[in-house]
Amino acid sequence: MKRSSQPVFWLLFGAGGMLSALLGAALVFVTGIAGPLGWLGRDLMGYPHMLAVARNPLGKAFALAVVSLFLWHAAHRIYHSLHDLGLRTGPLAWLACYGVALAATLAAGVALLSLGF
Amino acid sequence: MPDGAKTIRIEVLRYQPGERQEPYAEVFEIPFTHDMSVLEGLQYVKDNLDGSLTYRWSCRMAICGSCGMMIDGKPRLACRTFLRDFEGTVRVEALAHFPIERDLVVDASDFVEKLPRIRPWIEARAPRDLAQGEYLQTPDELARYEQFSHCINCMLCYAACPQYGLDPKFIGPGLIALLHRYNQDSRDAAAGKRNELVHADEGVWSCTAVGYCSEVCPKQVDPASAVNRNKTASALDWFARFLPGRG
Amino acid sequence: MVRRTYTRPMEGWWRRDPFFVRYMAREATSLFVELYALILLAGVVSLARGPAAYEAWLAWLASPFAILLHVLLFFVFAYHTLSWFRIMPKTMPPVVVAGRAVGPRAITGAGVAAAVAASLAFVAVVAALAP
Repeated sequence: MKRSSQPVFWLLFGAGGMLSALLGAALVFVTGIAGPLGWLGRDLMGYPHMLAVARNPLGKAFALAVVSLFLWHAAHRIYHSLHDLGLRTGPLAWLACYGVALAATLAAGVALLSLGF
Repeated sequence: MPDGAKTIRIEVLRYQPGERQEPYAEVFEIPFTHDMSVLEGLQYVKDNLDGSLTYRWSCRMAICGSCGMMIDGKPRLACRTFLRDFEGTVRVEALAHFPIERDLVVDASDFVEKLPRIRPWIEARAPRDLAQGEYLQTPDELARYEQFSHCINCMLCYAACPQYGLDPKFIGPGLIALLHRYNQDSRDAAAGKRNELVHADEGVWSCTAVGYCSEVCPKQVDPASAVNRNKTASALDWFARFLPGRG
Repeated sequence: MVRRTYTRPMEGWWRRDPFFVRYMAREATSLFVELYALILLAGVVSLARGPAAYEAWLAWLASPFAILLHVLLFFVFAYHTLSWFRIMPKTMPPVVVAGRAVGPRAITGAGVAAAVAASLAFVAVVAALAP
């Protein structure tokens, strides 16, 4: 029987799932609630501070990991959910799901690298 | 019926291929006592109301695995489900995700055909003669596979598994649990051959960890655990096969 | 005697049992994970474009709609955390600590506790490094 190609995607799904399970809610709180409402200081999400974070190697790696892994996790789950809903999951569906994750990983990587160190 | 006897309605999804094209519901009202199982209720119907009612059963004590069916929409053993736990009407239907043969009997040939494919037997490491005596196994070695050996092939997990329902090419929870039972047995050396099935799309990779299979298992085999542990192992093996020293 | 098996349709299968509905809810969290990651991606890309683009993204983020959306996202991510660590024990081989088997509920509890600890640590670090 042919070996499945699922493992790579499942591991990415797992990594993204674990990262989002551990820090997802906290990230949403910081970037989407506390940050914009100024609860952690008005300058937390201001351009100068965010630029500094993105220029820091750790900050860069973290930002890339969050964007990329969250999307690989979601892609895998959404793709399989389409199948669960009885929709035909051909190459177009595959591309629509995993293609977004790949494109986003590249876009985020390019954007973060362009900011320098 | 004696005066004052409690009655209950059993609504059966009938299917008589020679007589009608489609399945249809038929309601039987029967007297019941506190200790009657759904199986005994069906037996009352067959014995007293309609001899054509067709269903499988044997041990009536939850060990043979014959009487699996959908009871109020859940995969259950009829001999271990009691009429006293239902109000008014109990809906009974053939086990889900299998083609209905007749009334409550399903065509289980897919499961039966797959069973030998997982090599459900011990393949010894080396030929062994009687003079060597029996295999010795420590309690820890037994514990590695014992729960998975409790499977009674009732197929409730297949009725619970939507992935099997959506794609019957999936080997399925029960058979992967049985496969795992042999892989984990210290006497066995055939994991390599069995894992060919594990690594395939039809193997563990059809599973999306719904987990309902383990919920409905009457013997606490926990097939969901067997399948999903093997996902981790299969995923690591996907990379490990490139390492030097591997076949 | 006629032999003709009848195959029942799978349409609407997940609506037939609360267990399946909960499963679909768990899977549906992925739509929100995707949405949040795309919002962050927009932020990263706008940051790379320069202060004007970034300020526009930040202004949207501070809008009432975005705040309410993130409140919803917060609860969805919390549900993801719970459902993730509920299913995680199934993927693990038996865990033995000090000679005793560790059950799935303990593993789930440890996972959720780790998430709470990590979240608090993260917020603390962010607050400490805030300008």
